Amino acid sequence: MAEDNGVMEITTDNFQATVLENELPVLIDFWAEWCGPCRMIAPVIEQIAAERSDIVVGKLDVDENTEIAQRYHVTGIPFVALFEHGEISRYAVGAMPKAQLERALGLSD
Amino acid sequence: MASEHSIVIVGGGPAGYTAALYASRANLKPLVIEGYASGGQLMLTTDVENYPGFPDGIQGPELMSLFRRQAERFGAAMVQADASRVDFSSRPFGIWVEDEEYRAQTVIIATGASARWLGLASEERLRGFGVSSCATCDGFFFKDRPMVVVGGGDSAMEEALYLARIGSKVTLVHRRDDFRASRIMVDRALAHDRIAVRWNAVVDEVVGGRNVEAVRVRDVVTGEKEDIPASAMFVAIGHIPNTALFVGQVELDADGYVITDGTRTSVEGVFACGDVQDRVYRQAITAAGSGCTAAMDAERWLEGLHAAEDVSSTAAGRDGTA
Repeated sequence: MAEDNGVMEITTDNFQATVLENELPVLIDFWAEWCGPCRMIAPVIEQIAAERSDIVVGKLDVDENTEIAQRYHVTGIPFVALFEHGEISRYAVGAMPKAQLERALGLSD
Repeated sequence: MASEHSIVIVGGGPAGYTAALYASRANLKPLVIEGYASGGQLMLTTDVENYPGFPDGIQGPELMSLFRRQAERFGAAMVQADASRVDFSSRPFGIWVEDEEYRAQTVIIATGASARWLGLASEERLRGFGVSSCATCDGFFFKDRPMVVVGGGDSAMEEALYLARIGSKVTLVHRRDDFRASRIMVDRALAHDRIAVRWNAVVDEVVGGRNVEAVRVRDVVTGEKEDIPASAMFVAIGHIPNTALFVGQVELDADGYVITDGTRTSVEGVFACGDVQDRVYRQAITAAGSGCTAAMDAERWLEGLHAAEDVSSTAAGRDGTA
């Protein structure tokens, strides 16, 4: 299921099981092909995926999964959200350095 | 522990990649600390119509990936992370990416500039929920909806024209009664039937609970307030130089731009190019041009350094690359 870079493809079909019903916190990078800053933040997301085993890391293409993006009122990407127990606990909008993203999501040690 | 380099370039936009291209072709094996925002401001654009060599235009991110590839082709090494600290007090200069230390005989600063925000609390609260600085990223979410673009320069015109293809109506809000954008962009915007202009107006507040619902503007002449219904507000009011890293290291002007003479900074052996030191032109082509100049200046400076070393230690045979 996981891709070779450790970042799962989250879709409308697997959202319920993979995100909402996951016992682990799930970090999701809401992105789109046309979004330059999404490309900037992608390596940061991959790094976090490689470093952490205590969270699940995934990405969701807003163009192909519009309903999910709408459900969470996402109208600005990259939008990186941490889901815990089926709800967004923390989020960050826009490209930013890894340390800043981790701080925003409460992932800093 | 630290890795040693003859030249380290901080920043990965048109200026940094061009400096890397020239430095790598001069066999200086540059290391580019690209930063998380590699590609720079062009990553936020679509059609770039004013970069020579592309008569049909080119997408901003595509142009940047070509720049990067060309520098890599001649051996420039890339670090996809942000420099977190520098020390220019003695040579070799120190550059850190978190705990990773790099030492360099010469440094080229090319960290560019970032979008400026209005600085309103409501703007900050609704960022990502209708407030944006990237039309190409977020316009998609506002199909057939009314939008506001704040600003009067080329970026504002470009964003308005892009968004007018998507939304029902775009209102340009500008604090003066004339745009500073280039004539061709102004003409296009004014001629568009879905673009309106609200002159002499500043944004007082972004109105909305969970998402943007309206933009409250105040007329700077009459003082009158008005709510412009909008699902999104795109801010295009200019840029601020990315120089937080260099405070206390090289001389900056009152607005934070690196002060340069040509590409030379106040520290010998440290050069700067692109938007980080340019408050006038700020184009991809001028950034690239100054990146080339900086690399050539740095190369010449390194040659001077080696010549001085050779004089002081004539017997210490060098490897003959100079």
